[in-house]
Amino acid sequence: MNRPLRRVAVACLVLFGMLLLQANWVQVVKAKDYRNDPRNRRVLLRTYDRERGPIVIGTGKDRQAIARSVATTDTLKYLRTYPGGAVYAPVTGFDSLVYSSTGIERQENAILSGSDDRLLVRRLSDYITGRQVAGGSIVLTLNRAAQQAAYNGLQGKVGAVVALDPRTGAVLAEASTPSYDPTVLSSHDPASIRVDYTKLLALAGDPLVNRAVERTYPPGSTFKVITAAAALAGGYTPSTQIPSPTLLDLPGTTANLRNFGGEVCGNGKSQSLADALRISCNTAFGALGIALGADKVRKQAEAFGFGDSTLLLPQPVADSVYPDQLTKAQEAQSAIGQYDVRVTPLQMAMVAAGIANNGTVMRPYLVREVQAPDLSQLHGADQKVYAEHAVSAGVAAQLTTMMESVVQSGTGTAARISGVRVAGKTGTAQHAVGQAPHAWFIGFAPAVNPVVAVAVLVEDGGSLGSDATGGKVAAPIARDVMRAVLGR
Amino acid sequence: MNALSAPPGPARSHRGTELVLLLFAAALAATGYAAVGIGQNGTVPSGTLGYGLGLGALYVLAHLAVRRCAPYADPLVLPCVALLNGLGIVLVRRLDLASADRARQAGRAVPRADAPLQLIWTTIGVALFVAVLVVVRDHTRLARYAYTCAAAGLLLLLLPAVPGVGATINGARLWIRLGPITVQPSEIAKILLMIFFASFLVSKRDVLSLASRRVVGIDLPRARDLGPVLVAWVASIAVLVREKDLGSSLLFFGIFVVMLYIATERTSWLLIGLGLFAGSSFAAYHLFGHVQARVDTWVDPFRYTSGQGYQLVQGLFGMGTGGIFGTGLGEGSPNTVPFAKTDFILAAIGEELGLVGVMAVLVLFALIVERGLRAALTCRDSFGKLLGGGLSFALALQVFVIVGGVTGLIPLTGVTLPWLSYGGSSVVSNYVLIALLLRISDAARRPAPSPVSPSAARASLQDARTTVVRRG
Repeated sequence: MNRPLRRVAVACLVLFGMLLLQANWVQVVKAKDYRNDPRNRRVLLRTYDRERGPIVIGTGKDRQAIARSVATTDTLKYLRTYPGGAVYAPVTGFDSLVYSSTGIERQENAILSGSDDRLLVRRLSDYITGRQVAGGSIVLTLNRAAQQAAYNGLQGKVGAVVALDPRTGAVLAEASTPSYDPTVLSSHDPASIRVDYTKLLALAGDPLVNRAVERTYPPGSTFKVITAAAALAGGYTPSTQIPSPTLLDLPGTTANLRNFGGEVCGNGKSQSLADALRISCNTAFGALGIALGADKVRKQAEAFGFGDSTLLLPQPVADSVYPDQLTKAQEAQSAIGQYDVRVTPLQMAMVAAGIANNGTVMRPYLVREVQAPDLSQLHGADQKVYAEHAVSAGVAAQLTTMMESVVQSGTGTAARISGVRVAGKTGTAQHAVGQAPHAWFIGFAPAVNPVVAVAVLVEDGGSLGSDATGGKVAAPIARDVMRAVLGR
Repeated sequence: MNALSAPPGPARSHRGTELVLLLFAAALAATGYAAVGIGQNGTVPSGTLGYGLGLGALYVLAHLAVRRCAPYADPLVLPCVALLNGLGIVLVRRLDLASADRARQAGRAVPRADAPLQLIWTTIGVALFVAVLVVVRDHTRLARYAYTCAAAGLLLLLLPAVPGVGATINGARLWIRLGPITVQPSEIAKILLMIFFASFLVSKRDVLSLASRRVVGIDLPRARDLGPVLVAWVASIAVLVREKDLGSSLLFFGIFVVMLYIATERTSWLLIGLGLFAGSSFAAYHLFGHVQARVDTWVDPFRYTSGQGYQLVQGLFGMGTGGIFGTGLGEGSPNTVPFAKTDFILAAIGEELGLVGVMAVLVLFALIVERGLRAALTCRDSFGKLLGGGLSFALALQVFVIVGGVTGLIPLTGVTLPWLSYGGSSVVSNYVLIALLLRISDAARRPAPSPVSPSAARASLQDARTTVVRRG
């Protein structure tokens, strides 16, 4: 019986050898895949085991968390809450155990979760001393009063507001409505998260979309500022007389371009560039667009940032587009912000900010400071020039004067603030037959040494329907946001 | 290694080595116990010393029994078992703490801790180990009770099916209820039936290998020679299939085929066995939904991540997360895997002790198996050879079936990992198995087989090396 016993011994060794090989396969070769598989609950438990850093606004005693984690007694040790709620949701985004994350929660996850290399030394010492490893905090540039004013102004409407500090590029307000409460998506109950998420998806107005940066819209008459800038750069002056027919024949088509409500611009023949902007004369700017040619207008638009797909707030920003290969008729329509011109509210705020900042656009940014868990600074804001001389300082000054008169005595009077010189431009953008136009307002204040530039978009003209003009619906919201920043 | 094993040789028993290794095993288990506490709560648990001393005392008791009753037994086997058993209790304790934590967090009542119970089972196991060594002074005498063993084994297998006695746990009816505890009788039945197989096959060995008919180039024995053993085997498999115990039926089948092969020295038995296995696997796959589900899950566990493959996938995730060195005791989350204390204890080892821990455990098992097979090889009587070979192979196959299943090498069938898994029947019966192996090993390594009685043999130890060794 010894021969079979020896063979059985060899067979047993082979069996154990196979087990050893398989163990190596699982724990060495496949280990990385298994360790990082999103279905591996350990990944989740590890993530929720340490305190996720807060997202805060303000400094000193005004410091206020708009997203923070609180300790719980269940298996996942920390629960993400959003004291900022719907007001700040478009900025914070959510951090959900079912639907991953969005917004700052996503873009700054490395810092918030504590996995960023800049926290490494601290993490090691935490590990050695056995202290609870926590994530860093993200301090935002948002101005609480401005953000609240923007959100309040948009209440009951579908739209977005972006306010920038033109001198630095700091984002002072970034609101989008309808909004949602991210707290319902960050609960620890996957079933309820799924239910609430499905509800949000089904709601009219796509509350999960941040309209300030994720959607593009026809800019309407606010684009005339860019056409005017192109004209001024090309040798026009604010007092240059330009043709302003009541009806502009669109070359190569049977259609005509007309003014809002069929109005007559000035004497119905010609008017100054400044007047055309002040009353937002479509026919004058249409003709001007043809006279300038699409290339000059596009060049001016791109100088402000159109066509840039690399911009990060840190959230990615949708491209604003000035279309290619235009016919003369399309040149005329594009010059007044119609046809296929598409912009984000952020882009229009950057246009206003560039003019406000003597023609130089600063790179917009949301993160003022990255802090370690002990609140020491890991990283400050990068104030960078985005577009040096998008327009010359001279042109910027001329545009400022022209835009001041829009608010003083033109279409934007609803944006007036007593005691402050406000510059602005309204827009009413048609986007679909039979639907109310989008209402726009861009502007900045004070006209001298501006501290805030703003863009307001209200989809489908808000409650005023098709009679809406940017001056009636959007300008008051812009006024309130600017007032909040100015403290008046 | 060779000096430890090969008779004939100087009559050194190496009992001292065994004792040192056993105490080392107890110390290691106590260290593990402390590490679990540190990992979970940051403090050395108060029970560490008592636990280490208790386990050490049990091991010393087992050692004394070996020293007294089986002085020449292989000194390496018991320490390996002790190490596995100690590690098992540490892991069960670790999983206890995890489920207690979870219950507290969920506001539920803290479930009963299993580690103290496992320690009690270990005590019973060691007691039976000692009893077997004391009572069974000569393993060949077991052959006399072959049919008693067969009857008892089959009865034990049938018990769970009896209404009022049996209990269904997790879809399989393998348990019997004895008051507050449940016992899985198939574990002990396995050993009883192996004694029967060995005795029967040895008595019919010549007929089985000589009187045969040649069918298509393969020698088949006559049915009447093989009758009783076939009946016992078919009955046991039928019962287990009926009770949905896939793992145990696989084990019984494999053990039977290999014992038949060892007894007859005919490779044809292996071929027939493999053929039957392939045929019945194919049939089972198409006949039984639960078999099909197991195989499908094995082929692509990640397709069934949240369903039937959940356990396997979570186990793989755990082992992958552990990687080479593991998270450390108490630092991982092995309780994510259902049945981590029993069938999936290896996944817990893989997660917290890493590949290093898994390999160490596998090497310990391999050592026990190869030492057992060496005892069988050097044993002088056929019954001892066959029983020793069968017991060793049974251990190897059981480890292969469960570790292979948990690591995704073969379809998963639920059997326990000897000494590591929580479960009284498993611990106790495996201690009995080891006692029998040590008994055989003692006989194999005993320098002077006595022509008279065992006591006379001990008396004439001084003359042992001059005796001619009779080999079976």
